[in-house]
Amino acid sequence: MVFSNTQKRQLRLIAVVLLLLVVELWEFGFAKASSNKTTFGFLLGKEWVIIHEWVIQSTTGSKIFSGIGILAAVLGIFLVRSNKSPLPGTAIAGFSLLMSFLCWAANGKFIPMTGLLQGSLMLAVPLIFGSMSGLLCERSGVINIAIEGQLLAGAFASGVIASLTHKTTWGLLVAPLAGALISLLLATFAIKFSVDQVILGFVLNVLVIGLTDFLYKKLLIPYSSTWNTGPSFARLEIPILGKLPIVGPIFFNQTIIVYLMYAIVALISFSLFKTKWGLRTRAIGEHPEAADSVGIDVNKLRFRNVILAGLVSGLGGAYFTVGSVGSFSKEMTAGAGFIALAALIFGKWTPMGAVTAGLLFGFADNLSGTLSIIGVSIPSEFMLMVPYIATIIAVSGLVGRVRAPAADGVPYSRGSH
Amino acid sequence: MKKVWERIAGSALLPFLSFLLAFFISGFFIAFSDANVLKTVGHPGKFITTALSTVGNAYLALFQGSIFDPNLTAGHGFMRGFYPLSETIVTATPLILTGLAVALAFQSGLFNIGAQGQFIFGAIGASYVGFHFTFSPVLHVALALIAGVVCAALYGGLVGLLKARTGAHEVIVTIMLNYIAGFFILWILKTTTFLRPRRIDPIAPDVKPSAQLPHLAGADFRLHAGILIALVAAYFVWWILNRTTIGFQFRAVGANASAARTAGISVSRVTISTMALCGALAGLGGAVHVLGSQYALTADIGGSFGFDAITVALLGRAKPFGTVLAALLFGALRTGGRTMQSNTTTPLDIVLVIQALIVLFIASPTLVRFIFKVKNLKTNAAMTAKGWNG
Repeated sequence: MVFSNTQKRQLRLIAVVLLLLVVELWEFGFAKASSNKTTFGFLLGKEWVIIHEWVIQSTTGSKIFSGIGILAAVLGIFLVRSNKSPLPGTAIAGFSLLMSFLCWAANGKFIPMTGLLQGSLMLAVPLIFGSMSGLLCERSGVINIAIEGQLLAGAFASGVIASLTHKTTWGLLVAPLAGALISLLLATFAIKFSVDQVILGFVLNVLVIGLTDFLYKKLLIPYSSTWNTGPSFARLEIPILGKLPIVGPIFFNQTIIVYLMYAIVALISFSLFKTKWGLRTRAIGEHPEAADSVGIDVNKLRFRNVILAGLVSGLGGAYFTVGSVGSFSKEMTAGAGFIALAALIFGKWTPMGAVTAGLLFGFADNLSGTLSIIGVSIPSEFMLMVPYIATIIAVSGLVGRVRAPAADGVPYSRGSH
Repeated sequence: MKKVWERIAGSALLPFLSFLLAFFISGFFIAFSDANVLKTVGHPGKFITTALSTVGNAYLALFQGSIFDPNLTAGHGFMRGFYPLSETIVTATPLILTGLAVALAFQSGLFNIGAQGQFIFGAIGASYVGFHFTFSPVLHVALALIAGVVCAALYGGLVGLLKARTGAHEVIVTIMLNYIAGFFILWILKTTTFLRPRRIDPIAPDVKPSAQLPHLAGADFRLHAGILIALVAAYFVWWILNRTTIGFQFRAVGANASAARTAGISVSRVTISTMALCGALAGLGGAVHVLGSQYALTADIGGSFGFDAITVALLGRAKPFGTVLAALLFGALRTGGRTMQSNTTTPLDIVLVIQALIVLFIASPTLVRFIFKVKNLKTNAAMTAKGWNG
């Protein structure tokens, strides 16, 4: 039987997952057997109840889930052999791997599953906004490392304006403009002056970090009552949907910024592949000469898309202030922009891929927090490393070939190619 | 002689003009965020004088805190006035080394954002050998430095290996490795091996006196032998780049990787050895920082040395000598910034803004040329990173 390179990679991935499952089955199911019970809680607020909580003997749970996972992984191998996508197999195997681990890790303890997932989405929101911003830039051929700066600028501006006006709405309106301002610098220097985009993005981040730190110390701390006591949006439960068990509290009982995020993700994934704008955007990112030859103004469209990207990530920045705690704190984005960039790459520069990666990173982050709160023996630092290690694995091509848009980062000038 | 002078003037003009612009623009931020200045908005004359004096005081404090402070001479002798300068050098020492780590990578067409993580690993290695073992003084220092260098060279080399084998872009890998190093040091400082006895906050024991770098100007000054190590390292990098075959290969790959490949140079071997060497340099920075001035490993030992290193290398135009000067300059800004923060109402963080602006202008000579209407500004081709597919 001859396999293509893609199939070989898929098989390699399944083999790794299978190996981990066997290790889990042995370690958690037999070697480190404990008589404790693990409790999964599903009820968070006032949603309709189907299941309140689920209690299982931790060893039994690990055995069951490892077993299911192993079967799923074997199914995945058969799917590859019959030239089909192994996704159903690997997805179930991955999920079982996680559940088997949780049954063991939280033995004798309570895991609030719905809360865990709701928190994951909240941590993923800035990542998804950021990766959408990166997507808009990079699909049109401009590398955006300045996502961190855009998020931070958005957070700062919305926090300060909401505090000065006592209105969350003003904060929400100003945030995209702050992000777009950073984008304006990015676009001007990258497109007009052909400055190296990676260096430029890096420098813009330093600039925004420096400026916000400076103003924070100079104005926000000494005059905090006027400058840094912004209000924040309350959660807005969507009728009926918000009452759905498990799904309701996770997705439909969030602040307005999260709902805006759904809309933006939907709009971008639709427009990028189904509209004239999307086709042109992808064209200037892949082959600007060809796009130019059919009359598309490459640099003008790039300029516009970069500004658009700034609006999106600036809005994402508002999530840190008016979207959650209200007040601004120093460097509060804490590297979310870089993880958003990683999510974009992990998701192979596609909207849905980036969103999935963002959710996964958010989940890994929140899981490590939850596990350290309930007191699990694995050092939380190692849990926190997971998204970063996963990204390195992803870009190393172990999961699948990751390819950036062909003209990403290459300034375009007519006749120079 | 005249030609040499012209060359120096030519290559110093762009940094100088960028510098002027950066200080000029930052002056506006300082003035317009100051409460005293804002109070006088209604009176143009008073407004201008207050604004000028606020900015002037801030920049004066920046100078006093980084070079020479006459207030310190009273009762301690004239030389004591240079205490700020010695502090500048202490701050600049790790910056020179991390700056070289970024500059060398630029020379072979790589963008090393990972100096931060490599620095941390160098500090961990040096600290461990420094506090855990006992050797005779000179040997102990040497072994601790080597331990730091080896740890960091492996950490940096990993980036090169991944890039050469799988094409993983070094920018993404190094960003990720910086975070991993950050979490790693948090964890390692909780282990019984590293945690200082009877302490719960993350701090390792002090390195033994035999592993500490000697002071150069007496016990009153923190100035230590690390600066000599850094200068030797800078010379070493210059020598490698300009006087060895491997250095020529580095530059050839940096200038045009496919041409270098055609000429028979193994690009993957260059990538791996460059990144390992960069790691070694940044790691040496971490080691020197621990053995020379900090003595104890802490969770925030890395500070922002790795990130500042990028601005340093860019300002130094990826040249060893330029990097030394740039590091001294940023060391001065950092050190002086602390004095400025305590003596005036201007926070240290404006220094970050100044740094970012300087580099931004240096990276866009077209703009500087346009603003100052000068014609032949020398630009530097070494300062480009390659896109994701490069």
